[in-house]
Amino acid sequence: MIDLLRRIGLWGRGVVVAIPYLWLLLFFLVPFLIVFGISLSEAMLAQPPYAPLIDWLVDEDAETTKLQILLNLSNYLRLGGDDLYILAYLNSVKIALVTTVCCLLLGYPMAYAIARAEPSRRGPLMMLVILPFWTSFLIRIYAWIGILKANGVVDNLLQWTGLTTEPFELLYSDWAVYIGMTYCYLPFMVLPLYATLEKLDPTLLEAAADLGCRPWKAFLTVTLPLSLPGIIAGSLLVFIPSVGEFVTPELLGGPDTLMIGRVLWNEFFANRDWPVASAVAIALLLFLVVPIMVFQHVQGRQTEAGR
Amino acid sequence: MKQMGKLAWALWFGYAFLYVPIALLIFYSFNESRLVTVWGGFSTKWYAELLQNDQLLGAAWLSLKVAAMSATASVVLGTVAGLALARFGRFRGRTLFGGMITAPLVMPEVITGLSLLLLFVALEQAIGWPDGRGMTTITIAHTTFTMAYVAVIIQSRLVSLDESLEEAAMDLGARPAKVFFVITLPIIAPAIVSGWLLAFTLSLDDVVVASFVSGPGSTTLPMVIFSSVKFGISPQINALATLMVVVVATGIFIASLVMARQDRQRKRDEQMAVQGG
Repeated sequence: MIDLLRRIGLWGRGVVVAIPYLWLLLFFLVPFLIVFGISLSEAMLAQPPYAPLIDWLVDEDAETTKLQILLNLSNYLRLGGDDLYILAYLNSVKIALVTTVCCLLLGYPMAYAIARAEPSRRGPLMMLVILPFWTSFLIRIYAWIGILKANGVVDNLLQWTGLTTEPFELLYSDWAVYIGMTYCYLPFMVLPLYATLEKLDPTLLEAAADLGCRPWKAFLTVTLPLSLPGIIAGSLLVFIPSVGEFVTPELLGGPDTLMIGRVLWNEFFANRDWPVASAVAIALLLFLVVPIMVFQHVQGRQTEAGR
Repeated sequence: MKQMGKLAWALWFGYAFLYVPIALLIFYSFNESRLVTVWGGFSTKWYAELLQNDQLLGAAWLSLKVAAMSATASVVLGTVAGLALARFGRFRGRTLFGGMITAPLVMPEVITGLSLLLLFVALEQAIGWPDGRGMTTITIAHTTFTMAYVAVIIQSRLVSLDESLEEAAMDLGARPAKVFFVITLPIIAPAIVSGWLLAFTLSLDDVVVASFVSGPGSTTLPMVIFSSVKFGISPQINALATLMVVVVATGIFIASLVMARQDRQRKRDEQMAVQGG
């Protein structure tokens, strides 16, 4: 009887897990397989604009049907052979790295200061960091256009103080992209950093001080190594989406701010070359597989530690 | 404590960096001049113009519908997924499941958008569904990437939660379904509310995925904003942004008030229980 009940219980669990499981398989995993398949296809003028990979060829005379599978690697060869794509990948990595470092330099002192504040003040201070994340990403990028453009806020300020006399435009440059992306991703960095710094035992630092360790050295030898999991999680949380970023370079960057997300977008929407866009996506995904797996590992360990 | 002084400066600099752009945006929405950053006197005319912009209002209505539907769906799916990850131990395929939950959190939007569009096209060719692209496909796409956030929120709430309450209920003979609805659900209710709000916000915010999976005639609000911002800044967008910031701020303020009150209520109840026993 108990065995039967347990079996029903397990069966119920299976049904419960199956719903989100199937959803994710269908709408998250299968799409990648399709993207991979189409990246091996050929573009053609049709609806949808690619050649089918698998085709049944009907031979009327012999009354047989043949299964034809066409795979071509030309899209990938094009990615490897064209400087545009390689430059876009390299530039994306560069911009993502600069963004990550900027977020770390700005976010670490913030997270540290909040973690050192009075316990009753930590919640509201942290809330102030997260709050901008709730307002639209697009709106926050838009806010910077008004600040950075010629005759914008920064320009007016510089002219008013007499530092420059000519109109000065930061907008449509790599600098604007760095500022905009750091601005948008900063909360993602502060959040995991704060989570590890808050758990840090302050008596460790006191012990270091008692033993005659200078504050800076104590920070470098005690605080920094212990907050490494937060640094890794935050950096990955900023770096991975930054590599494929589209909106910020499109709105704040110049025409020569080449990023892979923009290339993919243009291949898809402007050139209507779905196979090449798919190949760009797969190449980007292969590049991101290692960081994503490291992120999952860190994320999993942190959830376990919460137990 | 000299170091703390420097830290405080870093903190305030960070807050200024986060808030000054939003403050400027709001300030210039009351500007009379069409040149957004040149002050021409106080005016609310851009708000009046905004309310007559039918294209924008239609897009806003569509976005709100999509956000409400996808947030609701992703709360259901995400809660179940979070429960499975936190409570079901090691079931078959757990690694893949965990991977599929966390990967959407960092997946670049262009990849998510492209892959979902190609799926919808392939499905339409194979089984005739979905018939064209529009509200349904945007809702499905948003549900898929927002449920990951909900699942992570629910999972971390459940992991930090003592399992003994649920075990006690089981020992007293309650069925798993009853335990979930009577014990677990009320405890994780605040996490579910924040998950819903987050999913709603993320859906309302998305421009990239929606651009891929939307069809003609189904333009969401972020898509309208994006295409008008590409041609430069306009005071109407400032007014719209101000309204959005005000709505979000009010929503969060109310939500935190309600949660604080519930928290106090729970503490009082617990104290009563201790004193009573």
